[in-house]
Amino acid sequence: MTISLLLFYLFAGVTISAAVGVVISRNPVHAVLFLVLAFVSTSGLWVLLHAEFLAMVLIVVYVGAVMVLFLFVVMMLDMKTDPLREGFARYLPLGLLVAGIMLFQMLTLLSAKYFGVSFDPMAKTPENYSNTEEIGLLLFTKYAVPFEIASVVLLVGAVAAVVLTLRSREGVKKQDPSAQVLVNKAQRLKLVSMEASVPQSVSAPGAASEAAMDSNQGALK
Amino acid sequence: MITLPHYLALGAILFCLSIAGIFINRKNVIILLMCIELMLLSVNINFVAFSKFLGIVDGQVFVFFILTVAAAEAAIGLAILVVLFRSRRTINVEELDTLRG
Repeated sequence: MTISLLLFYLFAGVTISAAVGVVISRNPVHAVLFLVLAFVSTSGLWVLLHAEFLAMVLIVVYVGAVMVLFLFVVMMLDMKTDPLREGFARYLPLGLLVAGIMLFQMLTLLSAKYFGVSFDPMAKTPENYSNTEEIGLLLFTKYAVPFEIASVVLLVGAVAAVVLTLRSREGVKKQDPSAQVLVNKAQRLKLVSMEASVPQSVSAPGAASEAAMDSNQGALK
Repeated sequence: MITLPHYLALGAILFCLSIAGIFINRKNVIILLMCIELMLLSVNINFVAFSKFLGIVDGQVFVFFILTVAAAEAAIGLAILVVLFRSRRTINVEELDTLRG
């Protein structure tokens, strides 16, 4: 039990230090990397809480996808960070004051044994407990409809991101599928009625066929 | 022994740090978005801790949903940020006063 407490303090300390780094770092790339550190150490904390599935999801989805997206955008935007840091010293006392008051208020709630919880849950975990199975059972029975709505939210997010960042530039050759679909026969095919005419060479059939045979033999040779 | 207040205190500290970050870095939109992510993370820590200590798995399902919404929010927020930077060449909040807010 003491080892888990030590691990808790280690992970919590790393998480808080990384959060401080996110807030005060001068370079946005460093801030994103500190945020990645915070997420990874938080997933360690969740493993301590026997929430293995969410810990892995946090690493795969958050660190693997969302934070990489952040990093990509931060590196793509060529921004000057100096004017963005102007109010740092000016707003620092106000921010610390508000955060300190809020923290004091929250911690006064936590100091006593509230919430009706008996504080020894770690011993209650069965031996072959599967966190993923528990979450899956709930997710596909009780929370099936919210699960579907979550998928719609993700779809909307993806479509909105594409629509927002899509732009049509001049001078780029591209296909227009709607125009392609709307094409009808009259635009592509033109029937011209013309009189039947007899070519000149056909008037002497024997000579033409001999000439054709000669050319064929020449090609064979 | 790790108790529930350990985790709740950690969540409270993270939340207050991100509040302070929003106050301090009020000109940089990217840092603001990252502070929002940190807030969601602290709320998730509280959810997981309560779920474990009360023995109810529903809290972890809600963490799952919060992760989903946060991913969509980050994607849309960053898309808006890219469009904003493309049109205004800046992400400074102080210069984004077109709506006279």
